[in-house]
Amino acid sequence: MKYELQPMLPAPSSTTGLLGWLKRNLFSNVKNSIATLLIGYFLITLLGPALQWAFIDSDWFGDSPAACTSGGACWAFITNRMDQFMYGFYPETGYWRINATLFLFAAAVTWMVIEKTPYKGYVAFFTLFIYPIIGFYLLYGGSFGLEVVDTHKWGGLSLTLVLAVIGIVAAMPFGILLALGRRSEMPIVKAFSVIYIEFWRGVPLITVLFMASVMLPLFVSEEITFDKLLRALIGIILFQSAYMAEVIRGGLQAIPKGQYEAADALGLTYWKSMLLIIMPQALKLMIPGIVNTFIALFKDTSLVLIIGLFDILAIVQSANSDTDWLGYSTEGYIFVAFVFWIFCFGMSRYSQNLEKRLKTGY
Amino acid sequence: MSLSDRPTSESSAIKSGSSRFWNDPDKRALMFQILLVLGLAAFLLSIINNTLSNLEQRGITTGFAFLDVEAGFGILQSLIPYTETDTYGRTFFVGLLNTVLVSVLGIIAATVLGFFLGVGRLSKNWLISKVCTVYIEIFRNIPLLLQIFFWYFTVLRTLPSPRQSLEFLGSFLNVRGLYLPQPVGGEGFNVVWVMFFAGLGATWLLKRWANKRQEVTGQDFPMLYAGLGLIFGLPLIAFFLMGMPMTVDHPVLTGFNFVGGITIIPEFMALWLALTIYTAAFIAEIVRGGILSVPHGQLEAATALGLPRSKTLRFIILPQALRVIIPPLTSQYLNLTKNSSLATAIGYPDLVSVFAGTTLNQTGQAIEVIFMTMAVYLTLSILTSIFMNWYNSRKALIER
Repeated sequence: MKYELQPMLPAPSSTTGLLGWLKRNLFSNVKNSIATLLIGYFLITLLGPALQWAFIDSDWFGDSPAACTSGGACWAFITNRMDQFMYGFYPETGYWRINATLFLFAAAVTWMVIEKTPYKGYVAFFTLFIYPIIGFYLLYGGSFGLEVVDTHKWGGLSLTLVLAVIGIVAAMPFGILLALGRRSEMPIVKAFSVIYIEFWRGVPLITVLFMASVMLPLFVSEEITFDKLLRALIGIILFQSAYMAEVIRGGLQAIPKGQYEAADALGLTYWKSMLLIIMPQALKLMIPGIVNTFIALFKDTSLVLIIGLFDILAIVQSANSDTDWLGYSTEGYIFVAFVFWIFCFGMSRYSQNLEKRLKTGY
Repeated sequence: MSLSDRPTSESSAIKSGSSRFWNDPDKRALMFQILLVLGLAAFLLSIINNTLSNLEQRGITTGFAFLDVEAGFGILQSLIPYTETDTYGRTFFVGLLNTVLVSVLGIIAATVLGFFLGVGRLSKNWLISKVCTVYIEIFRNIPLLLQIFFWYFTVLRTLPSPRQSLEFLGSFLNVRGLYLPQPVGGEGFNVVWVMFFAGLGATWLLKRWANKRQEVTGQDFPMLYAGLGLIFGLPLIAFFLMGMPMTVDHPVLTGFNFVGGITIIPEFMALWLALTIYTAAFIAEIVRGGILSVPHGQLEAATALGLPRSKTLRFIILPQALRVIIPPLTSQYLNLTKNSSLATAIGYPDLVSVFAGTTLNQTGQAIEVIFMTMAVYLTLSILTSIFMNWYNSRKALIER
């Protein structure tokens, strides 16, 4: 008798390959199979015509609705007005100024986002303190031989980005102070911070914007007049700093008590222990939270259309009622949705990755 | 103080320390807080001063007297009787009730949809989980205002006119809204309501008894069927016993519009749809996170005890998942309520649109109106956080 290891049989064909995958994931039992077939049927009947409308039967370029002859989506409505949707009513010769501002910001952010770049501290300093000045003179002008472009001409996607970026960057220092205040042992400081944070978090952004646009002019003496954009920004910053404070507080709470005690034991003062020990660790933990509030703010900037600023949604909304191009609001909304979605989805993916990467723990 | 005399003057350092009060943390804190209070007071004073002089210049009298003045504008939808001759004070309540209406209905629908989506995303069926994922990722990354606009201007505003209404099951859908048949209770219909509430009470009592019995004997009681039977069966029996005292008021096309039945205005539908669809995406993620937060060992232990799948879900997974789900869920409810203020963009007569919009523009009483509006939302958010704290303290894990 010979005992010999038989060659291994391959796994049953129904458990491997495409067939196995289908059986496991789509048709594992009767209930699942019915659900799969039903959903599959609905998807095909819905997606087919949608794709046909959006891509196959669509017209992409043209100067008037007459160019849209294929019966599907009329993307010419978008491509024809792309400049307006991006730059608002900014003078055409000044487009490069917006591009340069945004490019500079994108470059600085990319530098900080990529993991192994040197001099991150300097770049962060540049973004927080020097860049806003450069950005202001580039966009608004009035110096260095650039002509002044009034803010009521700003609009489109660039205005959305300006609102969101200024909102988040300017809210940052207030947020840090409020978060520290809320954790402070001084009763009045703590009470002030709690009331401030809970007040702004408790009211909808619209009422804040209403307040900024109606009540702010009443609060200051008559000689001072606020620009409409500036009023919206003040509202957004007041509002956003409360949310920022809560994110930062979360980061501060995540730092183990031992770190605070060690800093105290070394004899560091409050501000030194915060700046050198706590904040550098906490900030790392806060980045996902900050990105998430930024996404929320980015979506919320669309509300400024209610107080009469022309962000990307407002500009498309007004283009929809253009008598030459009536009936293309679907294309307009899909375009805006796509723009917002790309930004928000990208950022949320980034923050999820970051959360995974930071989860290494102590 | 030079370095050389430092060791010798230790006692004097202590003495001088008491004189240099800024080195004493307590006194420094006190100083700092006094400064903060003074700064805030100065800030507030200057604001109040400026506001008063500005108001005087514009000829606006402060105070809440305007609430008793006749409003003189109509409101599209009102849950309480309202005519143009009513006061501004009444517009506040009309708006408030409309806000509550859309928020409550939105919360119910978003919760149901969100739970299905959240559970669906965890489904073993690849197609279901992918469809849910795509839904969530699309709708939570698009601004709510845009979604409201889409439903309102693209979908509901392009519906046919009343004469070409879409009809289904006695309801009509057209550009002016949705017209539903309205059941009207006749004589003796009140008995049905009484039985309904009696059923609710009986279910509550039965549930208490069943829980107690289970704790003592371990025997399970078919609570779901008993409860459904009591809540819906009792009124149904009463309904038939009373001889079906109900008529249906059908909407009828007269002239250019429908008369009768329930009218749901398109502004409401657009806002409700957008709020539901948007918030459901967030609720789904909360539900998914809650279910995933239950350790896998719990499921295995339940299986080892021989519990069937449905009971595992009901007695093991859900109670533990709810502990994680409820706090963020309530904050989503609050978000939905706050987001309902976007109604003003499409003209649904909610609190912000009616009161902080039309009333403010007509009276010019910006401060009072904004103050009242904000107070409403603040109250809601404070109530929510009180509930959340109460729930947390009740449900917090008691570790042994």
